[in-house]
Amino acid sequence: MTFGDSLPFMRCVAMTQRKRPSSTQSSSQRRHTGNLVAQDEDDDATFTQPSTSQVQRGLEKLTPAQVDQKTAEVVQYFLVKDQKKMPVRRADLVKHVVKDYRNIYPEILKRAARTFDQVFGLKLVEIDPKNKMYILVNNLETPDKASPVRSPSNPKMGLLLAILSVIFMKGGVVRENLIWNTLRKLRVDPGEKHEEFGDVRKMVTDEFVRQRYLEYVRIPHTEPIEHEFRWGQRADAEVSKAKILEFMGELHEQDPKTWTQQYRQAHSLPNSSQASTSSSSQR
Amino acid sequence: MASRSSSSTAAGGSDSPQKPTKTKRTRRKRRKARAVGDMSRQMGESHRRFLQTMMVSGVIDEQAAKALYQYCCETHHTQYAPDKLEDFIDTINSRLQPMFMQIRKGMSENNGLQYYALVNMAETDITRMSSDYADNELELFRKTLDLIVCSENGKASSTDILNSTDSMTTRKMKKSETEHLLSRLVHDKWLSEKRGEYTLSTRCIIEMEPYIRTMYQDHIKVCHICRNIAFQCQICENPTCGIKIHNPCVARYFKGKSEPRCPSCDDFWPHEIPEVKRPHSQSRR
Repeated sequence: MTFGDSLPFMRCVAMTQRKRPSSTQSSSQRRHTGNLVAQDEDDDATFTQPSTSQVQRGLEKLTPAQVDQKTAEVVQYFLVKDQKKMPVRRADLVKHVVKDYRNIYPEILKRAARTFDQVFGLKLVEIDPKNKMYILVNNLETPDKASPVRSPSNPKMGLLLAILSVIFMKGGVVRENLIWNTLRKLRVDPGEKHEEFGDVRKMVTDEFVRQRYLEYVRIPHTEPIEHEFRWGQRADAEVSKAKILEFMGELHEQDPKTWTQQYRQAHSLPNSSQASTSSSSQR
Repeated sequence: MASRSSSSTAAGGSDSPQKPTKTKRTRRKRRKARAVGDMSRQMGESHRRFLQTMMVSGVIDEQAAKALYQYCCETHHTQYAPDKLEDFIDTINSRLQPMFMQIRKGMSENNGLQYYALVNMAETDITRMSSDYADNELELFRKTLDLIVCSENGKASSTDILNSTDSMTTRKMKKSETEHLLSRLVHDKWLSEKRGEYTLSTRCIIEMEPYIRTMYQDHIKVCHICRNIAFQCQICENPTCGIKIHNPCVARYFKGKSEPRCPSCDDFWPHEIPEVKRPHSQSRR
């Protein structure tokens, strides 16, 4: 298995656009026409979803331009965060960007989702309904023909894909040793500092986990402590199992259907295991 | 767009147009042209794919942009007109504008080719980079910018940059840290490096031109030929003239001229005239 430059079935967008959330800049431009609900910034941990009627009332007190501006700020914030593939927490979004527009938060988020869809071809996906976290996922179809523009190669993604493939082919969960052995076979030793990846173990167990590509969970009652790897929520949303299987088929010169379990998994109902979009779940 | 309205003119003909008919026909034509114009303002999958590619690549040359435009249209079965790239980008830009993002065009000072870059218009300072760089790294970048803008040749040597760390007000950087930062800046396409000398990358110039024009009003050079900001350029040696011309602009302006003369003061142009670089003979970057 080779990890390398272009991964046509990684449905992810790595962005090079560097930006900082413009929350500090916008506050000077904001002009409130109404009396918005004043909230203590500390209670965003207990942010309660405003009701539809509250949102309606909130919207009436604002100009369309104000709502558009706030939506644009939310979009920018997401783009910056998603650059590093870090999920966005609702609490952070409300605290740093939405601020005292929080009473119309659902409307802002709905419009932001629409912008992502219509302008960027991205889908806003809630990956954690309990903790209210969001990621951006590529919504464009994978084209048959390759792009004439070669995107900067991302070796980390290649390595990640190798890991995800192993986990998938092995039924969805593997003990960590299998992953470390796989990497060693690819001449990426988790025990050594790698020229390209640096601290490999940290990249796999920390960075990929924080980005929600992998889950790294301790197996109870193991001595010494052992962990297992599973797919993370971002991998679920972004990576096509069908495409992995297709690739496996080519690699081993077999029909993907010969892996019956995996084939069934890869071609099961599309949204059964995927998180729902924020716009549809009214969060 | 223009061709469509002219074809409807041809179809209409006008032997002896009566006033009311002509007005109605013109109105219909205008409405149709506007409708076509509106259609081209609509963002489709082809636009989104183009934008996503720009977000990943940051900056691409004109040839690549044209190829990408065609690819995006063909992939999404959208009507493709080879000469409508600018309109296509305008459509994207009109939707990007609320987020203070734009796809802007600029010339490379090295090869004279046009490039397209996705830039951030929101920040009026170099804080646009601040999500990736620490305060002292930004300070060093500012110092490098100073050196480049105020230099005659638009370059800053690594030695000069290293020396400038002595006067830093934020946390000082060691030599190794400085070198690491410089390679990051090159990797992130803010600077270009050649033989130990650093210049502003094309993407950097496209994105930061408004900021640089404001910050360095008195120091900036402007190309006499293309009127854009100039860092790497040739200067007329006549002390009462002193106009600046980009190296690629020199190549194009003086091409074929046996005796190059300053377009402003007519003095003999003493510098070596570079060759005009062609797109297909260009290596990557």
